[in-house]
Order: sequence, then C-alpha cells, then structure tokens
Amino acid sequence: MILLEAVQGGGFFAYAPLIIALPILGLITNIIFGRRFGERFVGIVASGAVALAFVIAIMQFLALQTHPEGATIPIAEWISVGSLAIQWSIKVDTLSTTMMLMVTGVSALIHIYAIGYMHEDVRLQSDPGRYARFFIFFNLFVAAMMVLVSADNYLMMFVGWEGVGLCSYLLIGFWYEKGEDGIGNAVAGKKAFVTNRIGDFGFLIAMFMIFGAVGSLQFDQVFHWVHEHGLANLGIISIATLFLLLGATGKSAQLPLFVWLPDAMAGPTPVSALIHAATMVTAGIYMIARSAPLFEVAQSTANLVAWVGAATALFAATIAVGQFDIKRVLAYSTISQLGFMMAAVGIGAYVAGMFHLVTHAFFKALLFLSSGSVIQGIEHGHHHIEHDSGEPFDPQDMRNMGGIRSRMKVTFWVYLIGALALAGLPPLAGFFSKDEILADANMENMVVYIMLAAAAFLTAFYMGRQILMVFFGKARSEAAAHATENPPVMTIPLIALAGLAIVGGALNLPGIHTLTDWLEHTIEHVHATEFNVLVAGLSVLFALIAFGLSWLLYGRKTMKEGERDPLRRILGPIFVGMENKWWIDELYDFLIIRPYVAISWFLADVVDWRFWHDWFHDSVLGSAYRNGSRWLAWVFDLGVIDGFANGLGNVTKGASQRLRVLQTGYVRNYALAVLVGGLLVLSYFIFG
Amino acid sequence: MTIDLVLFLGLTLIAVAAAIAMIVSRNAVYSALFLVLNFLTVATLYLLLNAAFIAVVQITVYAGAIMVLFLFVIMLLGTERESLDGGRIRWQMPLAIVLGLGIAGELAYVLMRNDAAQRPLADLSAGFGSPASIGRVLFSEYLVPFEVTSILLLVAMIGAIVITRMQRRETK
Amino acid sequence: MNIPPAYVLTLSGVLFAFGIIGVLIRRNAIVIFMSIELMLNSANLALIASARMLAPAQEALRGHVFVFFVIAVAAAEVAVGLALIVAVFRSKESIDVDEVSSLRG
Repeated sequence: MILLEAVQGGGFFAYAPLIIALPILGLITNIIFGRRFGERFVGIVASGAVALAFVIAIMQFLALQTHPEGATIPIAEWISVGSLAIQWSIKVDTLSTTMMLMVTGVSALIHIYAIGYMHEDVRLQSDPGRYARFFIFFNLFVAAMMVLVSADNYLMMFVGWEGVGLCSYLLIGFWYEKGEDGIGNAVAGKKAFVTNRIGDFGFLIAMFMIFGAVGSLQFDQVFHWVHEHGLANLGIISIATLFLLLGATGKSAQLPLFVWLPDAMAGPTPVSALIHAATMVTAGIYMIARSAPLFEVAQSTANLVAWVGAATALFAATIAVGQFDIKRVLAYSTISQLGFMMAAVGIGAYVAGMFHLVTHAFFKALLFLSSGSVIQGIEHGHHHIEHDSGEPFDPQDMRNMGGIRSRMKVTFWVYLIGALALAGLPPLAGFFSKDEILADANMENMVVYIMLAAAAFLTAFYMGRQILMVFFGKARSEAAAHATENPPVMTIPLIALAGLAIVGGALNLPGIHTLTDWLEHTIEHVHATEFNVLVAGLSVLFALIAFGLSWLLYGRKTMKEGERDPLRRILGPIFVGMENKWWIDELYDFLIIRPYVAISWFLADVVDWRFWHDWFHDSVLGSAYRNGSRWLAWVFDLGVIDGFANGLGNVTKGASQRLRVLQTGYVRNYALAVLVGGLLVLSYFIFG
Repeated sequence: MTIDLVLFLGLTLIAVAAAIAMIVSRNAVYSALFLVLNFLTVATLYLLLNAAFIAVVQITVYAGAIMVLFLFVIMLLGTERESLDGGRIRWQMPLAIVLGLGIAGELAYVLMRNDAAQRPLADLSAGFGSPASIGRVLFSEYLVPFEVTSILLLVAMIGAIVITRMQRRETK
Repeated sequence: MNIPPAYVLTLSGVLFAFGIIGVLIRRNAIVIFMSIELMLNSANLALIASARMLAPAQEALRGHVFVFFVIAVAAAEVAVGLALIVAVFRSKESIDVDEVSSLRG
C-alpha cells in the first residue's frame, strides 16, 4: 500500500542520487577494507553496490510510470561565474533511465562474472594483490557512467565523459607491465586516452559554441533556445553539432577515431565486455540522442552522422572477416554495430538507435564474456598440459582452438545464442533492433540502407566463421583438446545474458512499440516504425546466405592445424588487407604520428634547446647583459660617475690652489683688500 | 685773505707734513714724536673751531697719555730700524700709495662739494664748547654711554694685564 | 673764526687717507697702530667741524660729546692693543707684522 502510494507520488525520484552514491560507496569500502577481507568480500561489495544501483534504477523506472515527464533532483551547485551557472543535478527521464537500467543491469551481471574471471586471471598472471584494484576501478567506472547519463547539462555530461575515459584507460592498462615489450598494455591505454582526447576536444568546442550562442549549457534551456532561434542560427548549430559528432566519434569509435578499440582488447575480458561493448562506447550515441533537437535543426550534420555511421559499419565489418584473434573479431564487430547505431540516430531514428544500443549491450556483453570463458578454458588446458614449455602460445588465437563444443558445452550454447542474435535472426533480440534500423534507413536514405545491409551480411558471415572455427571441427592445439568449462560464478551470468538476448526484442516489437512510447516523453518527433516485411525478409535471407557461405568455407571441411584460412585463397590480396585492418594504424602513424613526433623533436631540440636556450639566451641575452654590465661598470660608473665625482674634487682642488694665493698670511695684504673693497663701495656711492 | 685763513693754511701744512713724516720715518720714536706734533696741530684747529674743552682733552689724553704709552712700549720692545722697502711683498707699497691717494682724492672731491659745508659759519654764544656746556649734555643725555665707557676702561685695563701676564705655568 | 668748514673736512679726509697709507706700508706693528690713531684723530676733526657747522643749535654739542667718547675708547683700545703687541713680541722676538704669517694658505 505504502509502496504503491510512494510510487504513485513520485517519491522514488528522490532516491536517484543513490545511483551514483552506491558505486562510490562500494569503491571506498573496497579501498579501505579490500585487502584485509579477501577476494570474496571485494567481489560481493562491488557487485552488491552495482546491483543495488540497479534496484534504484528500477525504482526510477517505476516512478516514471506515473510521472513520465521525469524529474530533476539537484545535488549541489558547482560553478557560478558570471552568466555560467552549472548545477549538479540528476535528470531522471525516460531516456536517461533507459541507460541507467541497461548499464546497472548488465554491469551487475558482469561484476558477478568478473568475481570468477579475475580470480583465475590474477593467478594466471601471478599477481593476486591486484584483485581489489580491479573492482575499485570497475565501480568507479559505473559511478562515472551514471554521472554521464544522469546529467542535466552538457558540462556534467562531460565530467562523466572524462570519468569513463579515465576508467577505460586505467582498466585497459590494468596489467601495465605485460603486453608487447613489457609496455604493450600501457601503450594501448595511452592510445585509447589520446584518441579519446581528440573527441573530447570536439565536445569542448561544441560546448563553447553552444554556451556562446545560448548562454547556458542546460539541456532544457538549450533545446528551448533551439526551438525558438534554431533556424535563424543554422550556421552555429551546424558547426556545433559537427563538433559534437567529433566527440561522439572519439568515444564511440567511429571512423576515423576507432583505432583505439581493437587495442583496448589488451584489458581483461570483463573490461572489454562492459566498457568497450555495452556502456562507455555507447555514450556517444546517447549524447547524440540527447541532443536530438540540435540535430533535427542541423540536417546537414545529421546526414553526415548517418554517413559516418554507415561507413564505419561496413568498414569495420570487412576487417572483422579477416581477424584471427577471438576478441579482435568481437571488437571490430562492436565498431560495426556502433556504426549501425550512429547511422540510426543520424537519420533521425532515435528509438531504433537506442533499441539497438540496449540489445547490442545484451548480446555483445554475452559474446565477450563467453569469449573470455573460452580463453580461460584454453588457458586451463594449456597449463594442464604444457606447463610453460617456453614457446609463445596465444590463447586468444582462433587458429589454436577448434572442437571446443564438446568440452565447454554451456559456453558453446550461450555463444551460439549471442552470435545468432548479433547476426539478426528472429526471434532473437538483434533481429528486431537491427531490422528497425534497416527499415528506417530504407525509408530515409537508400545508400545508407545498402551499406548497412552489406554490413549485416558480413556480420553474419564472420560470426559464422568464428563459431565454426572455435567450436567445431577438431582441436588444433593440445590446449584446445584439454579445455575445461568454467565455474558457475562465470557461467550463470552468461546464461542470464543469453536469456536477455533472446527476449530483448520484446522491448520494441513492431506494433507494440513500447520503447517508442517510452522515449516519446523525452525525445520529440519520434515515430513508430512500420514493420517493413520486405526489408525484414531480405535481411533474414542475407543472414542465412552468409551463414551458408561460412559453413561452405569453414564448416564442411574444418580447418586443420597449421592450415591457412580458405578465404585467403579466394579473396587473395583483399583478405590480406582485411587481416591487416587495411593498414589504418600504419597510415595514421605515417601521416600523423611521425610528423608530429618529428615536429616535437624539432621544436624541443632545435628550437627550444639549441636556438632558444643555447644561442639566444647565451649569445644574445647573455652577451648583451654582459656587455651592458661591462659598459655600465667601466664606461659609465668608472668613467662618467667617478669622473664626475673626481672632477668635482679636481675642480675644487684647482680652484682652491689658485685661490690660496690670496691667503698670504700678511696682515697688510688683508688690510689692502679691505681698502680696495672700501674704495669700490665709495666709488659706487659717489659716482654710481 | 683773512688771518683765519692764513692761520688755517699754516696749521694744515704742519699737520700734513707731520703725518707724512710719521709714516715715512724709519725710527719708531721719531714717528711717535711726529704724531704728537700732529695731535698738537689738530688741537689748535679745535680751538679755532670753538671746541675748547675737546682741544684740552686732546692734548691731555691723546698726546699726553696715549702717546706716552706708545713711547713706553717702543722703548720696552727696543725695535730696530726697519727698512722701507716693503719686505717680502714688494708690490704692496706702490699699490697702497696709489689707492690711498685715490681715497684722498675721492674724499676731497666729495667733501669740497658739500653744500652744507660751503655756508658761512654762524655766530656763537660765549659758552659753546665750554666744559660746563659739554658736561651738561654729557651727564644728562649721555649718562649711560658715560657709565659704559667707564666699564669699558675697566675692562681694557684688566685685559691689558691679563694679556701681558707671564705664562709660567704652561711651560712645564 | 671764519674758516669754510669744507676745507677742514677736506683736511680730515686727507689725514685719514694718510693714516690708511701708513697702515698698509709700514711693517712695524707700533707704527701701524699709530697710523690707526691718526685715522681716529682725523675722524674727530671731522666731527668737531661738523659740530661747528651746526652751531648754535642744541644738537651741535653732540659732536663734542662724541669726540669725547672716541678719545676715551681710543685710550682703552691703545692699552689693549699694545698689550697684545707685547705678548706677540714675547713669542716672536720681533714686531714685524710680516713675521706673523703662519696662517698663510
């Protein structure tokens, strides 16, 4: 009763700040008590904090049922300078609550998975002391993500944006002393940070422009202004949205700033699952969806967004086809799917984009966690058999796998479900969300539709390739032959996510478009997409054809140990390009990094050190100073001043020597002088 | 040419000659004696100018006391004859003579042309310049200067004694 | 006696000039002192002549009184001055004023 009243009264809104506070509380507890109480304690505290945050998110969801317009709960006043007034408030509305639910829910499952995964991982990497650190960073990430999605103004969103970027860096380089040459992981973390920074720069410029035009950074005030003066200031809005796109490109790994995401796979698998599949990378999509009114006005930028998304989707899908690392395939798949979402919000299909965001979180997290499970199994097999024979062994290389289906059954089934969902086969979740995007694209922009359809085809193909390579056929290495299944603490979250991947489509079934109605309260101009049978049928057909092709290549005659990929024979140089990710990193290195480093070296060594410090300071300034002081000392001080002083003395001496003649000492002379004076005076009086 | 004028001219001659002789004479005693002669001449002139009391005072004090004092000191010190060549400063004497004559000329020029001095002298009553008349003025109007002068004489006396005191103690 | 006072005054001026010459020429301190007395005397003469010019006015006698004081002061002055000369003679053994030139510069 009381609960119902509380729900109906909207009292749950007041609990919203807890959604940030709980993860922070969790991480502080782990910082203080983590080492003392052991792994179990740390894991339970961290997962519990996020699970409780999920409960709070549900409370917000319930409150929104009766108050769909949402609420803003102020927490603190942050900046108040001139006309800039930034408050830290929590904006609870349908869009932000969608993100909150998804992030905390998936996050909680991944935390539970990570309890088991990290337990194995720290022992494999032989550093058990780092267990607590992982969960501290993980909780920090959730807190920052919550700040991002619950912000009510661009600056607070940027605070969360930076926060998740920081946590991404910390977690990618978690094993900072491992990796290529002992710094590989740290380099990957740095790459992520720097690439993100370029995007952040775009976000900042966009914020400056918005503030300059509107005078405020709060969402409601900005959108109100756009409604009033939008068409009059089309230029400013177009450029501001362009910079917002740059920000989203960095965070959500689109062309051309996607290069950090594949390298980010250096982090532990839960990190890849949570941050680089489900949550952080979706921040860019969320930001564009939140800024819908701006993009509605700036149609040209919105078009550009769609193009960038579609191009990224296709490009990344081609690379995924040629990868051999199990996580790399999934990384490029993530980039490709993010391209789908970006294209969706670009053509104005915000609901489709958000829908795919949520479902993608489900099955991509599932796929990553399952791949982690596979890798753990292979590692177990490796240690069981080969006991560090000294040869380098990559447990993530799919060429070292094969036939795992019989040894890791649960993992196989959940992986299969995830792959089918990703490929978009009905009735799994991916079908509905991807299909809605394709339907919208078909209506709005034919070229985008064609690119997305091609990407979808490739998606199904590479997922089929992956499944067949990993799970079917004969084991291609001893480790694979001895792989073992993982404990329930890891497999149960997998099963939960698989369940979500199956039923997730119910969020926005065509006809009963719950999500559309839900998001309508926040984003204007959303319309329910009609179910286009042709598009849906075509996409399913393409997916099945792609699966068939992959079976033809990889299923009928499974790869043997040491055998080369059959696709290499067929596509030849194209496959080499795909395998080498079209040499994008090398291109960037050549075009940008090398000149930049060269310029830095030049500036530091030649300009700053040799020219400025050595030549200018020593020769010009130093010698000028020395000469000046020498002149001052010798010429001026000794010459002029001393000369003046001595000269005075000399003049006085000369004068006195000349005048001394008068002091004869004879009284009579003095008397004569008196007489002369008297005579003169007398003469003056007589004659003057 | 009245008798007054002749008398005056004669006295003038004697006075000037005595003065010149005093200056020129090499013997200090002779200089003193010539000065006495000069004083006597001037006293006579005082008489001619109806200043009887002053004439007598001049002879008594000036010629009688002061010049005697001079002579005593000259004899005490036993000065040699000095040469008149100007000593170490040769240029002093010509210059001094020229300038002195210049002063004389100027004074003569001014005083001869004084209008007040050209008027003839008025007649006098009998008591002018007598001790009684001077005493009357001296002890009424000029009493204070009179007393001060007495103190001055006292001081001079003490001063003279102090200055010429033998300073034996300081030589130890 | 009817002498034009201008001549008397002129005489006093000439005597004064001779006194000055005497001061400047002679090196004997006592003779210099005597020349100073000559100058004083010439001044007295001028005063008496002026007093005679003003007679029979009551102020005329002032000249005589003035001369009286001059003579008294001259006496005092001579006493002290000669004492000084004697004192100098004691240390210098000479009354040549050119000897007293230790303050030469």
